[in-house]
Amino acid sequence: MAKDSQPATRREPSPSEKAPPNSLLIRGGRVIDPATNTDAELDLLLRDGSVAEIAPGSKLIGHAAETLDARGLIVAPGFIDLHVHLREPGQSHKETIATGTAAAGAGGFTSVCPMPNTSPVNDSVETVTWMQQAARGAVVNVFPIAAATVGSNGEQLSDFYALQRAGAVAFTDDGRPILDDKLMREALSLGARLKAPIVQHAEDTRMTAGASMNDGPMAFRLGLRGMPVEAESRIVERDIELARATQGHLHVAHLSTAAALKAVRRGKKDRVRVTCEVTPHHFTLLDENVGEYDSNYKMNPPLRSVADREALLAALADGAIDAIATDHAPHAEHEKQVEFDRAPFGIIGLETALALTITRLHCEKNIPLRRLIELLSTNPARIMNLRGRGTLAPGSHADVVIFDPKKRWTYNASESLSKSRNTPFDGWTFTGKVMATIVGGNFVYRSS
Amino acid sequence: MAKRFQRARPRPLFKEKRVALLFYEASTRTRISFEFAAKVLGATTTIVHPTASSVEKGESLVDTGLTIRALGAQVIIIRHPSSGAPHVLARHVDVPVINAGDGMHEHPSQALLDAFTILQHKKTLHGLRVAIVGDIYHSRVARSEVHLLSRFGAKVMLCGPPELAPDSAATLAPGVQVTRNVGEALRGADVVMVLRIQKERLAGKQIGVEQYIAQYQVTPERLKFAKSDAILMHPGPIIRGMELTGELADAQQSVVLQQVANGVPVRMAILARALEIRV
Repeated sequence: MAKDSQPATRREPSPSEKAPPNSLLIRGGRVIDPATNTDAELDLLLRDGSVAEIAPGSKLIGHAAETLDARGLIVAPGFIDLHVHLREPGQSHKETIATGTAAAGAGGFTSVCPMPNTSPVNDSVETVTWMQQAARGAVVNVFPIAAATVGSNGEQLSDFYALQRAGAVAFTDDGRPILDDKLMREALSLGARLKAPIVQHAEDTRMTAGASMNDGPMAFRLGLRGMPVEAESRIVERDIELARATQGHLHVAHLSTAAALKAVRRGKKDRVRVTCEVTPHHFTLLDENVGEYDSNYKMNPPLRSVADREALLAALADGAIDAIATDHAPHAEHEKQVEFDRAPFGIIGLETALALTITRLHCEKNIPLRRLIELLSTNPARIMNLRGRGTLAPGSHADVVIFDPKKRWTYNASESLSKSRNTPFDGWTFTGKVMATIVGGNFVYRSS
Repeated sequence: MAKRFQRARPRPLFKEKRVALLFYEASTRTRISFEFAAKVLGATTTIVHPTASSVEKGESLVDTGLTIRALGAQVIIIRHPSSGAPHVLARHVDVPVINAGDGMHEHPSQALLDAFTILQHKKTLHGLRVAIVGDIYHSRVARSEVHLLSRFGAKVMLCGPPELAPDSAATLAPGVQVTRNVGEALRGADVVMVLRIQKERLAGKQIGVEQYIAQYQVTPERLKFAKSDAILMHPGPIIRGMELTGELADAQQSVVLQQVANGVPVRMAILARALEIRV
């Protein structure tokens, strides 16, 4: 707990340093920090961009320039989204780093990992650097995931060393998965040396040409070509074998099928370094929700069957799934408002992630809040080796989310801070709302 | 209604009405019969082809629909290679949208005219045994037939190799069955419906052309499994010698040309219904 890490020779602050300008006291909230095994009513003092102190009672009163009353609320390490598409550079009509991170802030995320399928593909030091520049207007931390291969063309590995030095935290070709065995093996080997995960969007694209939803009765009924479960599970199975052989860290992006999950469970049992993430839409919706060709239900991987969803829910509870990531994928209205098979894949998800997580997993499935925070913050920080994040231990970054796990609210997509509106959750009423998000000690979002 | 329209003399019920045929895909019988149907009713028709319009310049389906609507179309008939395209269009225009075939999804007017044809030979659809043999997977006709016939109490048996008649086809409607045995499918059938097999769709599949013919082609011998008064149907276009033998297409049991002829009155009825015109 926090007191272990307090300096032994702490003295009472003199009045002059009692309330430094860059300080904030979050009072009386229930602080849940799985990393330090904390779950208690505590006051949290942030100072100069870091967590300064954490203490029970009223010990810290008067130590901060500003005080936030968090009674009745949960105070947790800020969420970390391992999978977002911020669309910059190149597709700023869908989203910008500024708008995407604003939506992240509203969703309680203090860090996001943007995917490299930008235009140009983020395979260069220049792009990685550009994305992190202050001029982009990011309000949360941006940790780019760079392309694993040059141009994401699946031919030649990108310069992992240089990209990592520039700030890339992981490597992936996301929507253009690495199918070549040898190349994937090389990527995992090199990743192992750099202690960087290789993130794979597991889809054997040879089995999914022209497909726009899950294969099964609903696809047959709608006359749409389906993506079979095996297109995902076979790649996951292969990748786990390669991770086993190379001792690399495989991170399975947006896992969606029971079959792939089975492979991950087996890999973990064998102590292969494999982690995985699941999206809120995959643990909430089903392929049959596509209904009358609503492209807001079109994403990749597609929404799956009941059996798949139930397997994901079980694994979210028992720990086989490491993280919840949104796969926030903004598209302009006119791009989505087309024939279903021509519509681009993806939905936005940053602002609804916590609400879906609490509503579906906590309220309906009784998964404890502590586990949800592990999924949204503790584990993502570990997966990407983000030091001093995903925890509220003193000395760590002052990235904090404050949320009300009981508050009912209705999502209105037209008020989204994202540039895009492509969500199936418009008008949904949820339980659980972000009240404030703090990045580096500064408010980036406050619920009105 | 179609029965009354059958005499096909011009009925100017649609005078002053504008009907747009938005055809993103080639079509002979469906387009012509919808066009004739509209014209017989006295409507002004226009055919929009993607290659000869702003669609080629990249205009979206919704924008094209809105444009046609703004030009005064009161009904839009759409044929499109994408499943669900009519549903997308219908969400954005405030006039009736008639589905003239969308991707692999549905072809409702074909199912209606087939039901109409069946009823010229059988008293009721209820309890009829209908065998549908061929490429079910890619067929919008098959899906519409299954929905319509099942709803009216017919027993539908689907037959084809797994790639063309997947087991999931049985989930389309209650009571639908899938079999790999053409004899079993045809046994005791009142109606035998044969669907086109496109050679290119067998390419890369487990089953070759010769094997398909050997196992699934509807032949005079196999047709003997059906009831003696069974009728043979095909929505066209027929590939003779592929899904059925050439002679069967012209056999006495074949009602293929009746199906085509019924296209006009049935589609007149569909149009009248769409515009809520009483006959």
